[in-house]
Amino acid sequence: MTTTPRQHAAGARPGWAGEMESMLDAYREAGGDPEALKLPEVATLVVSANQVLASHEIPGIHMAAEPLEHGVSCRLVVDPGVKIENPVHLCFGLIPAEGLQEIIADFEIGAGAEVEFLAHCSFPNAVKVQHLMQGRIRIGDGARMHYTEEHYHGQTGGIEVRPHVQVIVGDRARFTSTFGLTRGRVGLLDLDYTLDVGADGTAEMITKAYGTGDDQLQVREVVRLNGAGARGLTKTRVAVRDQAVSQVDTVMEGNAPGARGHMDCTEIVRGAAQARNQPLVIVRDDRAQVTHEAAIGTVNRKELESLLARGLDEEEAVDLLIRGMIR
Amino acid sequence: MAQPLLEIEHLSLTRGGRLVLRDVNMTLYAGQVHTLLGLNGSGKSSLAYTLMGCEGYTPDEGRIVFDGHDLAGLSITARARLGITLAWQEPARFEGLPVGKYVSLGAPDPGRDKVAAALEAVALSSKVYGYRAADASLSGGERKRVELAAVYAMRPRLAILDEPDSGIDVLSLGEIARLIQSLAGGGTAVLLITHREELAAIADAASLMCFGNVQYTGDPAEARRFFSARCRPHLEMLGAQPWDAADPAVQAALASDSTARKEDRQ
Repeated sequence: MTTTPRQHAAGARPGWAGEMESMLDAYREAGGDPEALKLPEVATLVVSANQVLASHEIPGIHMAAEPLEHGVSCRLVVDPGVKIENPVHLCFGLIPAEGLQEIIADFEIGAGAEVEFLAHCSFPNAVKVQHLMQGRIRIGDGARMHYTEEHYHGQTGGIEVRPHVQVIVGDRARFTSTFGLTRGRVGLLDLDYTLDVGADGTAEMITKAYGTGDDQLQVREVVRLNGAGARGLTKTRVAVRDQAVSQVDTVMEGNAPGARGHMDCTEIVRGAAQARNQPLVIVRDDRAQVTHEAAIGTVNRKELESLLARGLDEEEAVDLLIRGMIR
Repeated sequence: MAQPLLEIEHLSLTRGGRLVLRDVNMTLYAGQVHTLLGLNGSGKSSLAYTLMGCEGYTPDEGRIVFDGHDLAGLSITARARLGITLAWQEPARFEGLPVGKYVSLGAPDPGRDKVAAALEAVALSSKVYGYRAADASLSGGERKRVELAAVYAMRPRLAILDEPDSGIDVLSLGEIARLIQSLAGGGTAVLLITHREELAAIADAASLMCFGNVQYTGDPAEARRFFSARCRPHLEMLGAQPWDAADPAVQAALASDSTARKEDRQ
């Protein structure tokens, strides 16, 4: 069954209003602004567990959502050549302490279109929660898409989040994304993005996460620069402390003439935490170039001493450096 | 006569098997601008890091006394809380840390107006720079100005400024000079490491470092004359510092310099 797009959350008080309020609270905790969801000029999709609580289209954007047993399958289409002025707000979450949410998301960005998505995923009470996302994003030739995803997982660490996304970036198209999981606990994060970039296309991914307690972070980013002149950048910023463990695997392939890629990974390790980074560079064309840089371990000594010289103690200074890095 | 705020007595430091500070003696007073001159590699920055207590800069011998406190064993934080701070020659870049926040860190009154005033003192608009990150997106000159603004906002008792003029355009040297004079006017002792005549000219006193040792302390004009007469010939004779003390040519140059100084005194 495909849901009928509802009016804005503020415009009706049906039986699901209580859950909507909870989701809006959760949305706020994830860093979102609930007021933005009420603006008529802003396209919105709010999903709680397997219910679509709100779906608001604006001209140029089409949304279709279908409930699954434990989640929602949704399709978002942006018409070719359309420039969406305001960010499209997406809100996914699960309010109960236990449960499973599966999201199957299909994004189709028409050729020459421009759109920004602002997604907040919130699981504020998670004690034993699984959030699985299978995403597919196709960006047409010459189109531009920016995707920001902010997570909030509560304070217990009892959550498993697995966003797995495949992105196809068309010729001369541009895809930029920012993934943030920097407040509260991470739990288990298994982030897996694969990007194929066409001729003169650009893909930039920024991933930021802060693991504490016994959190586990697995980040795998694969960028295949398949078209001539394609550009790719991955920027990973991870901090782990206590007994948290992070594993960052980044792969960049230069498969065409003039392709240029760069991987930049910084991981700060404190206490008994562990961090691993494994960059893999593959070049299949002698006119392509891929570079990588990584800094894993303690904070930069000079940065630290500069803050100490202002009177901060070491804990304050390290916290400031970490917060800045994942900001 | 006023009591010294900072007394450096017989300070020596070895790094990487090389003696980088040799029996350094110096005295600074509150409200005084004391410039430190010397060729590249003569030990000026090493002295700055040693005063601040940076890692790897623990002296082998001698002591540093600040306002009656022996600084031996004190952390950077403890020294900063006594009122000492350092503006690095190549300031660190901070990913995600806004300029305004950085400037406010050590300020006794970290209000928005005070931060704005500190940025204005180095000719940076708080509206333009306050929320920008103090990261690699700033030019070298902008980052230096931010560093000076942070020191200015802190109103320290001792400000160690390591070449605040490098990377700053000539036209802005006057602004830097005014900021230093303003700090000193508020009672801050400023240890100013510089190669620029324009800044050295505002100093109340000067010391000349050569081969890790303070060769001369006194009148700034005399220090500059001494610099031209002694250090430049060393440079021409021996090349860039740091020099190897075991090198006979270095020993000969230093011996001749020592003889010349005795003759000067006579």
